[in-house]
Amino acid sequence: MTAVQERSPMPQEREANPAMDAPDRPIGYGRVQRKEDPRFVRGKGRYLDDIVLPGMLHGAILRSPMAHARIVSIDTTEALAHPKVHAVVTGKDLEGLNLAWAPTLSADVQAVLATDKVRFQGQEVAFVVAEDRYSARDALELIDVEYEDLPPVVDVRRALDADAPVIRDDLEGRTDNHIFDWEAGDAAETEVVFARADVVVSEEVVYPRVHPAPMETCGAIADYEPVEGRLTLYETSQAPHAHRTLFAMVAGIPEHKIRVVSPDIGGGFGNKVGIYPGYILAVVGSIVTGKPVKWVEDRSENLMSTSFARDYIMRGEVAATREGKILAVRTKVLADHGAFNATAQPTKYPAGFFSIFTGSYDLQAAHCSVTGVYTNKAPGGVAYACSFRVTEAVYLVERMVDVLAAELGMDPAELRLRNFIKPEQFPYKNKTGWEYDSGDYEPALRMAMEQIGYDELRREQAEKRGRGELMGIGVSFFTETVGAGPRKHMDIVGLGMADGAEVRVHPTGKAVVRLSVQTQGQGHETTFAQILAEELGIPPEDVDVVHGDTDQTPFGLGTYGSRSTPVSGGAVALAARKVKDKARLIAAAMLETRPEDLEWEKGRWSVKGDPSAGKTMAEIALGAHGTVELPEGVDGNLDAEVTYDPPNLTFPFGAYICVVDVDPGTGKVHVRRFVAVDDCGTRINPMIVEGQIHGGLADGVGMALMEFIGFDEQGNCLGGSFMDYLIPTAMEVPDWETGYTVTPSPHHPIGAKGIGESATVGSPPAVVNAVVDALAPFGIRHMDMPCTPARVWEAMQGRPTPPI
Amino acid sequence: MQVTMTVNGAEVTRDVEPRQLLVHFLRETLGLTGTHWGCDTSNCGTCVVLVDGLPVKSCTQLAAMTSGHEVRTVEGLAGGAGLDPVQQGFMAEHGLQCGFCTPGMMLTARALLDRDPDPDEATIREAISGQICRCTGYATIVRSVRWAAEHPAAAATDQEVTA
Ligand code: FES
Ligand code: FES
Repeated sequence: MTAVQERSPMPQEREANPAMDAPDRPIGYGRVQRKEDPRFVRGKGRYLDDIVLPGMLHGAILRSPMAHARIVSIDTTEALAHPKVHAVVTGKDLEGLNLAWAPTLSADVQAVLATDKVRFQGQEVAFVVAEDRYSARDALELIDVEYEDLPPVVDVRRALDADAPVIRDDLEGRTDNHIFDWEAGDAAETEVVFARADVVVSEEVVYPRVHPAPMETCGAIADYEPVEGRLTLYETSQAPHAHRTLFAMVAGIPEHKIRVVSPDIGGGFGNKVGIYPGYILAVVGSIVTGKPVKWVEDRSENLMSTSFARDYIMRGEVAATREGKILAVRTKVLADHGAFNATAQPTKYPAGFFSIFTGSYDLQAAHCSVTGVYTNKAPGGVAYACSFRVTEAVYLVERMVDVLAAELGMDPAELRLRNFIKPEQFPYKNKTGWEYDSGDYEPALRMAMEQIGYDELRREQAEKRGRGELMGIGVSFFTETVGAGPRKHMDIVGLGMADGAEVRVHPTGKAVVRLSVQTQGQGHETTFAQILAEELGIPPEDVDVVHGDTDQTPFGLGTYGSRSTPVSGGAVALAARKVKDKARLIAAAMLETRPEDLEWEKGRWSVKGDPSAGKTMAEIALGAHGTVELPEGVDGNLDAEVTYDPPNLTFPFGAYICVVDVDPGTGKVHVRRFVAVDDCGTRINPMIVEGQIHGGLADGVGMALMEFIGFDEQGNCLGGSFMDYLIPTAMEVPDWETGYTVTPSPHHPIGAKGIGESATVGSPPAVVNAVVDALAPFGIRHMDMPCTPARVWEAMQGRPTPPI
Repeated sequence: MQVTMTVNGAEVTRDVEPRQLLVHFLRETLGLTGTHWGCDTSNCGTCVVLVDGLPVKSCTQLAAMTSGHEVRTVEGLAGGAGLDPVQQGFMAEHGLQCGFCTPGMMLTARALLDRDPDPDEATIREAISGQICRCTGYATIVRSVRWAAEHPAAAATDQEVTA
């Protein structure tokens, strides 16, 4: 069903990445079935809610029905009297433990349970621990909270008005709702370029609030053992080590006495990066009751209270020549961070990596400024597969390039081709300080155009327009920046963004690799086994991957921002190479020759010129653990450990083209075709790579056409269930057509760039560009997501209003 | 109250609260955690099981209502001779990533194939349209079901349960 076009590696790629040389490669890379699948297809996955500990109790959270209100009183008497209730915890109780407020990942604090006011609908107010799930919920109904209404700040555009209610009066000296101003690029230089440009286009582009909504909601089981003071915390966490460190800092339990276990995760997409009040409350519940306590949020809690994504209002501007040379881009962003600043961004990057909004184009100047504000909405801004706000950046620039194309009367694909950074310009330093590692953009876009039959589609479109039919073709080209660190520039609450890996080869030549990152469906158990297999020349089946348990794995920052393969993949490859180097010394001892006389060939160290004399990794492993006399300074194992600190990020890219048909009567958008050509450098398991892309494409269609967390004037969340927060089903998405090019990262040990979020980043502009293109006959040159039938119909009447 | 039903071919009798949902009966009372739970509004389909051979969202039905009926969960999908072709298809065609929607998707696929052994793409998409997968983008799920249709003899299935 899918046409995959191969592009054979070019000579310089072979130099950059010798592992790509096909003929004598060992058996690591390639399409292999996933090692995790046999348990999942039998229903034997072990997700958080599947875990049952002896004597375990169940927690439930009472949440605020109001967006902004003062808490007058909380009466828990009746709830406590419920025969199955073991504990009821309120903010006042937590104040006694100094736990009512917890630090966020962005140098702010967040209420664990509200003490003074509630600041968003769905905020945590009280916690009940009971014998079973149903009783805990019953008891919530028995808690009586008296609120005194306060005016909410819902419209982010009014949040900085002089008369706006101050949301964060808990913070000393706060008189407004301003959080931060941040900028990148050179404002003066950009102004000069804009002033002399032939053409300037400007548009307000909104990326509304959406939600990652993994199929498994968030949850935790805390098991506190008071005698030794040990806490075992099972959590739906994408970053178990970072969570453990933060728990040690917040709860005062020494770090060596905390074990965080992240079991099988039913999808994360960024939703499982943060530490939510529910996790902390499970711990409190276990300490208070002396029993393990499980807390699992329901879907409404998930959508209403845990990390939303996006919520950027962007004024975008592009300066260009009349011939279609793009000179500069500029934007001012108003960022809605909700009631607490809880985004998970590297410390120096309060707007994430948004400054890559210069896209894939060679520009003379660029400037962006972002203002973050508080509103009475749920906190978060963590992700949804956004690569630290690259999603917003790519959406803005790719939408604006189309606006420019419309202004110039140029074909949008042609306009992009004219402005790409050229292959010889890499490594390319952009105007906001990023150094793009490698890229070759034109072949990718040309491949996508050829695969979809671009010229033929344009002819069809012209014909249909003549008949009043609405067909649109949307092009998007993205460059991502993923795989954070380097650690000296990038940290999360002070923890440098590096990742550890440990490799151990057992005496029989089987191996185990221990990772700090945690899969949520990306297939780490397979991919990382393949990386090790490739390096050591052993089959992937002989490699066990251990992850998700802080007692068993080395420290590292976790899986988000497409960083697992770029960072932990680098760690595994380098650890494997250490093992391989050591194996050479041992093989030399076994063969009674010098290490320099050995060469690595097809997974074994053999004597140069005499390939019959050699040792496989299994033979060497047995020798290392056996009685072979080891050379001076070599100890008797084949183990290695590496913490990989990436020298730079990696820059995957891709060309996406979407074809839509819009029903002129109803405004309903039908996605007819979608071609995605991706380049993520070295592809370890093409099946998994393609799967990651497919998932992101569906996300993109969802965001472009239906996903939206809206609020009414009182601050009531209008997207709090799957009845209202719409996610694409199999009926709304086409059969994806994919292709790829391979431009390895020159600085990465295996040339891999990371693929987890490319499609989520690149696809929304392709879909929206297609919808806007379809609506061109109505004089429309921009409409905001989500392009629901009602909103598209409105646009057709000449009223394309922003969603917020 | 007491309920009695057949689950994966074996009769079970348990005392339950009248309000207990079938999904919680399977997961918590019987410990069959392969059936998942993912929403409050019967939209996600991670809880789909077969009741008398038909796909049912087990969060929409009480355990009590299921008394006297036959339930098949993912744990009962593999027959004596090995994995169901649907299970093999999902592995062969990368029809799963996080695996959370997978049991429900596979059971719906099994019911579809029992009714229509050679469904086309549109039919498969419609059959799974009441279920959400957040990971795969569906194309590989469609291919997985087609794989199963094309390899009906890949393993014997327990026809009595679904007939
Ligand atoms: S749990 Fe979502 S449909 Fe049953
Ligand atoms: S595989 Fe994750 S939801 Fe379908």
